[in-house]
Amino acid sequence: MAATETTADYPVNPMGVVAPIAGWLVPGLGHLIQRRWVRGLLLMISVLAMFFIGLGMEGKLYAANTGDILEMLGFVGDLGSGGLYFFSHGMGWGQGAVNLAMADYGTKFMIVAGLLNVISAVDAHQIAIGKKS
Amino acid sequence: MIELSHFSAALVFAIFASVVFGVTQKSEPREMVRYGFKCFTWFTLGLIGGGWLMWLIRH
Repeated sequence: MAATETTADYPVNPMGVVAPIAGWLVPGLGHLIQRRWVRGLLLMISVLAMFFIGLGMEGKLYAANTGDILEMLGFVGDLGSGGLYFFSHGMGWGQGAVNLAMADYGTKFMIVAGLLNVISAVDAHQIAIGKKS
Repeated sequence: MIELSHFSAALVFAIFASVVFGVTQKSEPREMVRYGFKCFTWFTLGLIGGGWLMWLIRH
């Protein structure tokens, strides 16, 4: 049976669903709940540091539906930060200082923090389903 | 406000990106460390190489 073979090749379990969502919402949490303490802390520190350094540089957090394709892509990158994005957006942070080159670097830092967080969440999923030790 | 030079900002970027790449792309701790250092080296070499390339174009 093709369906059975597919299930066996790609085993899905509750942790395989919970870990990536937790990791997306809080960077590193997907690893921490699977007792990968060092990996989780390293990922958490890296993503949090990149995001908050970006905010500290007065980078911009993109909002949805601005109508500009580049801003939409920026929004998708920012959204990768999960809870960090929602919290910061809710607090009104990340308005961006358009007259500063450093602020543009900060914007990129926050987008990349989001993308790295997505990679971390996928890694948490891979560990949960046993594809990675 | 945090103020970094272009070079130091790129190095900070390289450090954190390399840590995430190292942790997520390899399975064994020893391989993770090695891959992280490798990524950091390539980021830094690319940064310096890109800088010199722009200098050559400018001159």
